[in-house]
Amino acid sequence: MAKVTFEKDLCKGCGLCIAACPKGILELSREEINQKGHHPAQITDQEKCIACAFCATMCPDCVITVEK
Amino acid sequence: MIVFEKPRALTDAPLHYCPGCTHGIIHRLVAEAIDSLDIAGRTIGVASVGCSVFAYNYFNCDMVQAAHGRAPAVATGVKRADPGKIVFTYQGDGDLASIGTAETVHAAARGENITIIFVNNAIYGMTGGQMAPTSLPGQVTQTSPYGRDVNTVGYPVRICELLATLDGTGYVERVAVNSVKNVRSAKRAIEKAFRNQVEGKGFSLIEVVSTCPTNWGKTPQDALKWVETDMIPYYPLGVYKDKFAEEAAK
Amino acid sequence: MAEKILMKGNEALAEAAIMAGCRHYFGYPITPQTEVAAYMSRRMPKIGGTFLQAESEIAAINMVIGAAAAGKRAMTSSSSPGISLKSEGISYMAGCDLPGLIVNVQRGGPGLGGIQPSQSDYFQATRGGGHGDYHLLVLAPSSVQEMANLVFKGFDLSEKYRIPCMLLADGTMGQMMEPVELPERAAEGAAKPWALTGTEGRRKPNIINSLALEPQELEKWNEERFQRYDTVRENEQMSESYRMEDAEICVVAFGIAARVAQNAIDAVRGRGIKAGMIRPITLWPFPEKALKAAAKQCRAFVSVELNMGQMIEDVKLSIDCSRPVSLCCRTGGMIPSPDEVVAAIERAAEGGK
Repeated sequence: MAKVTFEKDLCKGCGLCIAACPKGILELSREEINQKGHHPAQITDQEKCIACAFCATMCPDCVITVEK
Repeated sequence: MIVFEKPRALTDAPLHYCPGCTHGIIHRLVAEAIDSLDIAGRTIGVASVGCSVFAYNYFNCDMVQAAHGRAPAVATGVKRADPGKIVFTYQGDGDLASIGTAETVHAAARGENITIIFVNNAIYGMTGGQMAPTSLPGQVTQTSPYGRDVNTVGYPVRICELLATLDGTGYVERVAVNSVKNVRSAKRAIEKAFRNQVEGKGFSLIEVVSTCPTNWGKTPQDALKWVETDMIPYYPLGVYKDKFAEEAAK
Repeated sequence: MAEKILMKGNEALAEAAIMAGCRHYFGYPITPQTEVAAYMSRRMPKIGGTFLQAESEIAAINMVIGAAAAGKRAMTSSSSPGISLKSEGISYMAGCDLPGLIVNVQRGGPGLGGIQPSQSDYFQATRGGGHGDYHLLVLAPSSVQEMANLVFKGFDLSEKYRIPCMLLADGTMGQMMEPVELPERAAEGAAKPWALTGTEGRRKPNIINSLALEPQELEKWNEERFQRYDTVRENEQMSESYRMEDAEICVVAFGIAARVAQNAIDAVRGRGIKAGMIRPITLWPFPEKALKAAAKQCRAFVSVELNMGQMIEDVKLSIDCSRPVSLCCRTGGMIPSPDEVVAAIERAAEGGK
């Protein structure tokens, strides 16, 4: 089962992962604000994830860990 | 099974770079190369002056801070002190292509067995967005507020092409990090640049076409697009010299 | 005991560095010290050391930084304009607490100046040379023998205190030939747990750095460094006294000026003037203790220098301006003659300036 986890407090809400995701299943949280004051990225539908790791590849802050 | 995780050669210090700044990606690629070649224990990095001035806090290996432009000279000193160490520099366009041009050219001319990571984002980030030697014609920056006028301040410098003309240069490749495909190519190039040093081959430099969303005045995603539409046409990607492959072919 | 060999100062210095265990020399040609680089270019490859003619004096000092950071005895040499180029790098060495030897074989200045000897970089050397609050150890040889001996001393002190050391010679010292007995080979230097030797997966990374954006942290670094300087000031002042036992007029001179002054002192002694000399060997730390002691017995001081009057300020400061201090100087590459120094001593003895 493909799984992505986000180290939320490292996220700067830059959105590069969202733009990179081929499944369009990432978004910036609307309600949550992390320690740095950003809206962290999160996954909307873990089931649709194919563990391509495009998100983690484009993340400048090593926020994302991808497992299969 | 883990498919992707943070490399061990990066410390836990949160990166101070702007949101969407590609320095973070490039740091990770360098760390991945160090992990994959298992050389962290004998690597010494040379941090330069620019946005990446705190690089000494981010890599899990011995590090020395160099004066602006002088990292290749400091790296030369470290490498000559102990040729068994793997020595790399991490430099921006001001550091490498403006104040440090002589050090860059001569380290290459001498064929120093070091690895240089050159981050080219066509601007001076740390000091607030001034024109760089790599800024494009017409590019608006703090010190070219009407756009870079080639009639008064000349043309950008293409470092890979310049260094390729030197006999001492071993391996120079220009890559970019504006898409997953390009990041993966960049990863391979950076790893090759480190492997060349491990194999004692000579001078490698990887020029990474990068973004500066803050000083370009763009969102991180738009900045990646500008790399594709404007920077890569001026700075074409590819291998500009591979002396080691040429020699192996003979 | 080693034999005495006739050597040129620049070459004696280079050979002494090799015997002191230096295996990394980075330099650039500039008159009157190019022989140091040329000598190293012949010797270093034969002993597996590094000789590099860098692309500039700036590159050379930064190469020294790299090798010193890696824990090696490293050095560079240059002359006045080249030392100015190195000033940023020297400041970085001080700020990183790196040991290392920088040799300045002084020539006439300012600007491109001339190639004849001078002592006009005294201020530059003793005030650090570069930006920021720091000091260098500054050693002033006055013979070819001292060109050799002080290289050993320089490396040892530099590593003991983690302070860069400048060997402040002048063109005469560099070019003259005198018999020299080279010291015994040096033992291993002090341990350097801070050096960049690779973590080997066994320790945390070492970082050699001079950047501290938090002002409290930077102030603390400066204060800790100055505590080391206080220890140096207390323990490492060096000078040589010549005919000071009953002296009434004290000449202060270093380097080639001291050689000339010695002749002048012998001449005036023949005419009944009780002159003596304190020859600073460390210019930083300045031999204040010796001068303060001299101020108790001497009624006037004469500073003899190859510049427009630089060390004279330290002479006055070290005796709290308690006695008249006059200046005997030539510059631009000119060297004071013994007669000129004699005249200056006589004027001082008469109470004049």
